[in-house]
Amino acid sequence: MTAADGVGRPAPPTALEPLLQIRGLRKQYGGRVVLRSVDLDVAAHQVVCLIGGSGSGKSTLLRCIDLLEEIDDGTIHLGGVELSDPAANTAALRRRIGIVFQAYNLFPHLTVLDNITLGPRKAHKVPRAQAEERARELLARLGLADKAGEYPDRLSGGQQQRAAIARALAAEPEVLLFDEITSALDPELVGEVLDVVADLKERGFTILMATHEMGFARRAADRVCFLDGGMIAEQGAAEQVLTGPREEATRRFLARTFEH
Amino acid sequence: MASPETAWGGAPQDYRPSPRQLERERYRRSRRIRNRWIAALCTLAFVVLVCAAAVLSPGWARVRGTFLSWPEFTRTFPATLGGFWLNVQMFLVAEALILVLGLAVALVRTTRSPGLLPLRLAATGYVDVFRGTPTLLIIFVVGFGLPALQLQGTPSQPWVLGVIALVLSYAAYVGEVFRAGLNSVHPSQRNAARALGLSETQALRHVVLPQAVRNVVPPLLNDFVSLQKDTALVATIGPLEALRHAQISADYDFNYTPYLGAAVLFIAVTIPLARYTDRLQRRAMSKQWAAAG
Repeated sequence: MTAADGVGRPAPPTALEPLLQIRGLRKQYGGRVVLRSVDLDVAAHQVVCLIGGSGSGKSTLLRCIDLLEEIDDGTIHLGGVELSDPAANTAALRRRIGIVFQAYNLFPHLTVLDNITLGPRKAHKVPRAQAEERARELLARLGLADKAGEYPDRLSGGQQQRAAIARALAAEPEVLLFDEITSALDPELVGEVLDVVADLKERGFTILMATHEMGFARRAADRVCFLDGGMIAEQGAAEQVLTGPREEATRRFLARTFEH
Repeated sequence: MASPETAWGGAPQDYRPSPRQLERERYRRSRRIRNRWIAALCTLAFVVLVCAAAVLSPGWARVRGTFLSWPEFTRTFPATLGGFWLNVQMFLVAEALILVLGLAVALVRTTRSPGLLPLRLAATGYVDVFRGTPTLLIIFVVGFGLPALQLQGTPSQPWVLGVIALVLSYAAYVGEVFRAGLNSVHPSQRNAARALGLSETQALRHVVLPQAVRNVVPPLLNDFVSLQKDTALVATIGPLEALRHAQISADYDFNYTPYLGAAVLFIAVTIPLARYTDRLQRRAMSKQWAAAG
């Protein structure tokens, strides 16, 4: 599936078509339409930032891609395979996607090391020794080498979120989904997590992230998509969308964001 | 004498409490001593009052003779204690079986697989019926009804029938405790597990269940405290356990001291378990506060 070169660099793009392709995605809860019709492409090795107001559907979109929500219309393709096929083997498809949540969602009853190896050992049948060796490599890379045996509640928020990123990376996913991974952190801890994201970008990972960190989006994103009214209202190069938005809605959102 | 500035700042080894802090500590100490005196005096007054009310009541002499006879106690206690061993065996066996059956009922009730619908209905019916029926009634029905069926292999020893009845009654409660525990694990945990590619069953087995069990240990122990004393209800179908022995001794000379002996034994096993439950609950609570802070 993916090349295992020790740090889990994703396979090179095989075609010109985008790695992740979303067409006409619709999601509603009862009568409340959250995503009206979303079209979004993420090319391999790109970092795409999703921005938008609270409740604009950024998280819902990411959860739909990881099949944690049943979608109400549209299609999602990953590397030419339809994720949104209702008969698809969701567990197998999810292994190609790594997701990190705003609230970390580490397993509190497991050590950091066991949090990371649980997926590989149980879902991928990787032998324990091999899974642990790889988990320790990841932890060392993310500056958590000495935290392998700790339980999550002994870690700071930034450390917990880095552990959650290590957990998502352990399966060597083709695409990473980050759902506002710095929103629950104290300001002085945001940097250490964003540094990890920048490092992953350097190493060629494909990343789709919902974020409120406009400064980071401007520095690191290849593309920025502004989600408004259940649609992608505007998208383009980070510099263009964030400093010279074409749409009135984008301008208003950015003005509100930078007001304080 | 240090200047006022060094009392506030400087390196830790230079720290010296400020006069205000010393004054505060003196005040707190005097309050603590005062509170201890109040607590001790109130407790003493309460105990004296209760004892006086009992001893000064008109029937005290008769009650003491019938319930608190020391010679009677020493004469009958060994038999009661011997019978209590059967109670211990009953609740140990019952507790193990209750955990297994209760967990099975909870898991069946929480699955959504279509093939398990009949099992799910059966589990729901079982819980409804056995949680709503008095334990004593279940003991009668199992104790007298099961042998009357004359099925092959039906146990006939009264204590075994008693254990079956207790398991049926308590597993319905414990199943609900486990189910509440499974529901208490936040859905985001299941989502996180499934996002790693774990199947529903794997997510349940490795992520949800371990957390659920941890959450329900205190209420489970609480049910076991109750079960341990309810083994005495089995006396009604005849096995020679503690209460039955006490009853036989009491019937012999109409002195009720043996009942007190039996009560002491039940209290002796339930109090440690109750204290242990308290401790676990306190620890879980302080952990929750730590997590919230």
